[in-house]
Amino acid sequence: MKWNLKDIISINDFSREDIECVLFNAKKMKSLSREKKSKILKNKVVASLFFEPSTRTRLSFETAIQNLGARVVGFADGGVSSQKKGETLSDSISTVENYVDGIVMRHPIEGAARRASEVSLVPIINGGDGANQHPTQTLLDLFTIKEEFNSIDGIKIALVGDLKYGRTVHSLALALNKFKKCKIFFVAPEQLKMPQEIMEKLTNVKVVETENLEEIVPKVDIIYSTRIQKERFPDEIEYNKVKDAYVITPNTIKDAKSSMRIMHPLPRVNELSQELDGTKHALYFKQAGNGIPVREALLKLLLEGKK
Amino acid sequence: MSNAMKEYDKEKDVVRLNPISNGTVIDHLPPATGPTIIRMLKLSCKEPIMMAVNIDSKKKGKKDLIFIEGKELNEKEVQKLGLIAQGSTWNIVKGKRVVSKNKIEMPKETTGIIVCSNPKCITNNETLETKFTIANNMGKCHYCEREMNMKDIIKSLE
Repeated sequence: MKWNLKDIISINDFSREDIECVLFNAKKMKSLSREKKSKILKNKVVASLFFEPSTRTRLSFETAIQNLGARVVGFADGGVSSQKKGETLSDSISTVENYVDGIVMRHPIEGAARRASEVSLVPIINGGDGANQHPTQTLLDLFTIKEEFNSIDGIKIALVGDLKYGRTVHSLALALNKFKKCKIFFVAPEQLKMPQEIMEKLTNVKVVETENLEEIVPKVDIIYSTRIQKERFPDEIEYNKVKDAYVITPNTIKDAKSSMRIMHPLPRVNELSQELDGTKHALYFKQAGNGIPVREALLKLLLEGKK
Repeated sequence: MSNAMKEYDKEKDVVRLNPISNGTVIDHLPPATGPTIIRMLKLSCKEPIMMAVNIDSKKKGKKDLIFIEGKELNEKEVQKLGLIAQGSTWNIVKGKRVVSKNKIEMPKETTGIIVCSNPKCITNNETLETKFTIANNMGKCHYCEREMNMKDIIKSLE
């Protein structure tokens, strides 16, 4: 399988073949022994530059780096970096690239990762640049779907909640558009519908837009739930109208197929009832766990064998 | 207006416009785009400029026309023109003769001319030239991936 990418910046840079290559390598990572894995990036050093806070992404990247036998340097809060002193991102990256073999970064400014990849000679992996891209989340979502259903082609998925501002669902919808015969149900209140410019790009999938979650529950393989964020609403009355519209409880999914699975990028607030956690439908913690093999695969593809 | 560009015709009591000696003629512009283009090109008005708006055109019915004495357009200026006036022409004049006639085409990429409308884009937060790819009447920021329609793109150029 041919791998073409030098950096991981945006899911839009990936062809279907690139995605398949990551998923194939992630699956291999799951089956490798700890000992074998720890030799893949032995003696390498990877920078973990988190200019804004993160829990899952940073911890899973740093775990993946260490699992592969590399060492991690970096920071978990932009307040301790030289950017606080006014240093430009370009200067920070030009400095750090001399110390390490690869850089994982999260930054609040959109386009920061793309800029870093232009400046840096070592590979850049984007762990999120503001509201723009978070490609490793999309890849772990796809890996989770593939693991659970053996194929991404033909999947029927409901994207539920804040579809207007949620970068996770934008990227996932665009990624599914690279596969065959997928069907996406967009379930959102009028105020939080999927933006038109994204809908226009979904030329290779069947799409259905609805506000009614319960009527489509029996039809889907996956419910991908997202949080509705209060700060997105102009006033509290509007927020209160929809805040509980898509709270998923065992009762919401009573008509679901037994193979139906629920995914969520986490963190959740109240949109997924804790009563679901012990059921066969709950896939979200396994999904979060898949961040490790996917990030290991990306690190291996970018850094293995490089001097 | 420079003497090189005008001539008073006593018999007809009109000012006749002469071609420029050395410079640029932007022709076949869509009607009423001339003033926008003058602003967009940020012409200093130190050079003599002559603009005709809504004049008759055999090809297009109506058109605008701009003469700029003593100036040749650079690559960025041609890209700007491409965003607003594709299908028009820009001609280089030397010694009162047109030495080069060029069609204005929509650029596929631009560098350093469109201002990204996303305040959180890195190009609005660090000293960095913007890069846009243009397709289907939309521009996409190379960095933050924000898409802008042509109306917003043209507004950002002025």
